[in-house]
Amino acid sequence: MTEDRPHTAAFPAIVTAGVDGMLVRFADRLSEPANRAALAFRAAVEAAGWDGVEETSSSLVSAYLRFDPLHVGHETLRARLTELLEARDWYETDLPEGRRFWRIPAVFGVDLAPQLGDAAKAAGMTEAEAITSLTSARVRVQTIGFAPGQPYLGELPEAWDIPRQSALTTRIPEGALGLAIRQMVLFSVATPTGWQHVGQTAIRLFQPEAETPFLVRPGDEVQFHEVGADALEQMREDPMGGAESEPIP
Amino acid sequence: MTRRLIIHRAGPGVTLQDLGRPGWLAQGLSRGGAADRVALAEGAALLEQPVERAALEMAGAGGEFEAGEDMRIALTGAPMRASVDGAQLAWNASHLLPAGARLSIGAAQGGNYGYLHVGGGFATEVMLGARAVQNAAGLGAPLRAGDELPVGADDGARTGMTLDAENRFGGGAVRIIESFQSRLFDEAERERLEATELTRDARGNRMGVRLEPDGEGFHASGGRSVLSEVIMPGDIQITGDGTPFVLMSECQTTGGYPRIGTVLPCDLPRVAQAPAGARLRFRFVTLDEAVEAERKARDARAGLTRNLRPLVRDPHRMPDLLSYQLISGVTAGDDLA
Repeated sequence: MTEDRPHTAAFPAIVTAGVDGMLVRFADRLSEPANRAALAFRAAVEAAGWDGVEETSSSLVSAYLRFDPLHVGHETLRARLTELLEARDWYETDLPEGRRFWRIPAVFGVDLAPQLGDAAKAAGMTEAEAITSLTSARVRVQTIGFAPGQPYLGELPEAWDIPRQSALTTRIPEGALGLAIRQMVLFSVATPTGWQHVGQTAIRLFQPEAETPFLVRPGDEVQFHEVGADALEQMREDPMGGAESEPIP
Repeated sequence: MTRRLIIHRAGPGVTLQDLGRPGWLAQGLSRGGAADRVALAEGAALLEQPVERAALEMAGAGGEFEAGEDMRIALTGAPMRASVDGAQLAWNASHLLPAGARLSIGAAQGGNYGYLHVGGGFATEVMLGARAVQNAAGLGAPLRAGDELPVGADDGARTGMTLDAENRFGGGAVRIIESFQSRLFDEAERERLEATELTRDARGNRMGVRLEPDGEGFHASGGRSVLSEVIMPGDIQITGDGTPFVLMSECQTTGGYPRIGTVLPCDLPRVAQAPAGARLRFRFVTLDEAVEAERKARDARAGLTRNLRPLVRDPHRMPDLLSYQLISGVTAGDDLA
């Protein structure tokens, strides 16, 4: 395992993921170029529409393909991936088109987000300083994963390089804003988690019946602004939870 | 007279399932679908209809059902005690469910997930490309008393057929393949996994199954934290306390716990169906062996229809015969606990 060298000869690397999957890794730690490479490469695989490929996705720094190994052999697919990898420098690709900038209201601290105090302390800030820091950060959706439409947002200032909790929170609610390791997760479902619960929003990120079931996409940018608990309660009537978005030119 | 199935009573884990919804992985939504896909294939073979048709998956126990009109049904997966108006029904078989009759399906007698298929399949609204309920994602919900499910038109006619189901309902040997994080565990640890008997924990559901090892848990060397990476059903995650946890059809799409290996898709029904307390053992196979195993499993599924045979009117098996019981009028009516 390498440390801070996403561009070494070790990457990009094609590895098998079970009998019916292949993973193209662009780094073994998060970096902006590797994140862009993963997004762009996955889009290119989708666009190629190869026979036998059944599903693709990207995570922070890799692209994944699920395929039918009885229809297209591992060696064939690996050769295709190698050829596509060599077609360009994927670390130099642009972010996806059609990105949006989201402004999302959130309550910070109080009983709705009880771990703000702990997280602020770990980051060496007062609660007020923490709120100022978190609401002035414009973060990017690095990946969608774990649960439907759930974004991983980053990167926060260095002070926020705080660990996940060793003990899990039994249940963090939908719309919760969790924080750890200079990232935030905006939870789309209630779940157990090790992320620190610092904020609470009323946004429903996954709306199965809506024309656009998944609200945010990788590459989108997000900024939170503070509202009171009463205001948030009223926003719950709106599935958007008071969030607004505009295209990024 | 409507073509529907009425639910009079349902166990806590009765959901509509099909082959799931591929294509949303990048949006954080896993494929989902039936925990035991072999059972879907068996049901499709028994009713001689496409495998894509949705069926009722019954976790642990079934319920009580009534057809709005005469309907073909098939029962597959974990064997459960089933009867129509008190007359027992054979499992792994197709039957005619007359309009108005009460179909009772009790607790699993081995395995976890039983399936009730109907001729024409359930015709509920398609959600993001499939009918499968994905409870964790808020796509649909388990069935409750009073629910009614629309059933599609049936272009088949034959009932009273059976097939031999592979016994996958009591644990046993499970083939696994190395995955991209297996080498985070050193060779001794991987060998120890193969040598260790595992017991299916009571904590298990459509998202994942916890396995309690005999002896010590398993640990990645160096214990470094791994970058959150894509997860697929079958992945064997090693959680913080060293316990193997097999991800199942409704799993999350990414995760940060290291994975020591991946269960072959063709052996995943064996993990899903292993009841609490069942013993399992993992065995690594090569990629070539894995592909060959998948090929055999696919051929076996494709050959199910050829292996159909009529339910035999053996006097010792008379209680299995719905037609006989209906004609004789013999009813027991006591098989619902």
